Amino acid sequence: MGLLADYTLQNVMLGAALIGVISGVLGAFAVLRRQSLLGDALAHAALPGVCIGFMLAGAREMGSIMGGALFTGVVAALLMVALTRNTRLKTDAALAATLSLGFALGVVLLTWIQRRSGASQAGLDSFLFGQAAATTRADLYPMMILVGVALVGVALLWKPLKLMTFDPIFAAVTGLPVQWLERLLTAMIALAVVTGLQMVGVVLMTAMIIAPGAAARQWCGSLLGMVILSALLGALAGIGGGLVSALAPGLSTGPVVVLLATLLALLSLLLAPRRGLIPAWWRRRHRRSHTSTDRILQTLYDLAREHGDWHYRVEQGAVDAYHGMITEPQLSALADRGLVVPAQHMPDEGRHWQLTETGVAHAAEYAQRRRRRFGNGA
Amino acid sequence: MNRIGEGLGQPHEPDLALHVEDLTVSYGDRPALWDIDLNIPPGVLAGVIGPNGAGKSTLLKAILGLVPLSAGHVRLFGHPYAAQRRRVGYVPQRSSVDWDFPTTAVDVVTMGLYGRMGWLRWPGRRERDQALRALEEVGMDALADRQISELSGGQQQRVFIARALIQQPDILLLDEPMAGVDATTERSIIDILGRLRREGRTIIVVHHDLQTVQRYFDWLVFLNVRVIAAGPIDSVYTARNLRRTYGGQVALLDEGRQRNAGPENDGPAG
Repeated sequence: MGLLADYTLQNVMLGAALIGVISGVLGAFAVLRRQSLLGDALAHAALPGVCIGFMLAGAREMGSIMGGALFTGVVAALLMVALTRNTRLKTDAALAATLSLGFALGVVLLTWIQRRSGASQAGLDSFLFGQAAATTRADLYPMMILVGVALVGVALLWKPLKLMTFDPIFAAVTGLPVQWLERLLTAMIALAVVTGLQMVGVVLMTAMIIAPGAAARQWCGSLLGMVILSALLGALAGIGGGLVSALAPGLSTGPVVVLLATLLALLSLLLAPRRGLIPAWWRRRHRRSHTSTDRILQTLYDLAREHGDWHYRVEQGAVDAYHGMITEPQLSALADRGLVVPAQHMPDEGRHWQLTETGVAHAAEYAQRRRRRFGNGA
Repeated sequence: MNRIGEGLGQPHEPDLALHVEDLTVSYGDRPALWDIDLNIPPGVLAGVIGPNGAGKSTLLKAILGLVPLSAGHVRLFGHPYAAQRRRVGYVPQRSSVDWDFPTTAVDVVTMGLYGRMGWLRWPGRRERDQALRALEEVGMDALADRQISELSGGQQQRVFIARALIQQPDILLLDEPMAGVDATTERSIIDILGRLRREGRTIIVVHHDLQTVQRYFDWLVFLNVRVIAAGPIDSVYTARNLRRTYGGQVALLDEGRQRNAGPENDGPAG
């Protein structure tokens, strides 16, 4: 517990948590609007702003640097919109173009500043991958203000943002200024990027925008729930990353935070009860073990009856589709019992199955039993 | 929000549910709608038909102020759309949104009230009750709390209709509501629209299935960039109008000259 009382560590954890909250909240909207890469472009375009802010202030002064980053981020977003509106470039191409342009410009400025004033004095390259250990209490105040502004903005504009995210056309029909809201949301995402500049860095902020939102979507059935969970997961990654990097000196905080956020997203994609891959696999498996060979024989029987031909050949793909699983093992078991035989119908089609005489008799008996048990509707 | 309506002052053609005059809308280098004159009286169930690319959806968007007008004007009961938002319900194409959005059917319907609630107030008990009633109207109340991603296409369509109905609109605009729904849903949708018409509302439906036009609508607009014909279905549903609407490219100006010289039942108001 002595560790938690450490002043530097407190700053790092609080700062990382703030970054997690703001990027979680705004990232949830970006993910739902399929604009995950917007954060990427904004982050890279913030780098030249960092340099310009540094040059204007003449020193490594956070307020001026954040202002510069915000400015070039917003300019990049406007450039992106202008490119998609006025040229034949699609959104992804416009995004990539803006991203590279911003980053190249940033690196050129960065090297120029460092040549001129000495790398140690500027220390601007820490904005590439972040440098959390140097975080002071004074650095946290502007971050708190940015997070506060973003949270109040989202709370006040909750209904417009929600409607615009789900159905922008209907939002416009009800009289919302959709274009202005889109610009505002973009500007707020730029705020989130700027918040994470110092600790996480421009390159890795992308993941912080996407990961908590993508993770939260897996667990939640309402937008409010998703945004809150996304903020919590972001904060969790921030605090966890701060702790891990303190316990294992030499690990820099920003990348660890991003790794944790990505891990949370990965676990959510795998484990979430309704949407996760593993529960879905488990349900399929459960269905397989609970779908008896009799039910599958019954399907063949029903199809044969509908076609008026007891020797009707059913393609296995059709049986698979009907039961929503691979029915090969059950069909083979039925074949072993002499109730069905494999057949080939057309050379370009998959394996077919055909009832035998005993198979028809067995299925008819099973059908009768079911009718007695469940009534005619079954 | 009322600036436009007040600025224009006097109502223009207040007895018509929809009045469109000299409307042209252009995307880039070709007009999507050309010189549209169209009047639809209150209380009809009107179909808008025409081939792909005829500008059917664009016409709805122009009425709702979603696309800039190159020329002309649109009035709903005598006023521009911006002054009539609350009297107009809109059902966009179902495919225009991503249904994998974390929300429930009743929540989507509540969105229909956002505009009139004021943007700062959060919806409460009363709004939920209203939304449940709207869902009941389309036979979806049992699925109110279901995730929208788990609804079938037809159920999603009915949720969209309920979102428009919750506003109690006098005019309802629907963009291809029958697209991609099964026969049962299509029947229930047309039943709902028929009921609304009997209540005296005006319904304008973009439709693509010529087979059902005569059974569904009592008013028809043939559209192919221009209005080819419009009026009560009995007088405009003719082989000639179908041919002129669907038969190949329409020449913008030649047809116009013919219309001026031609018989009167080709005129926009029938």
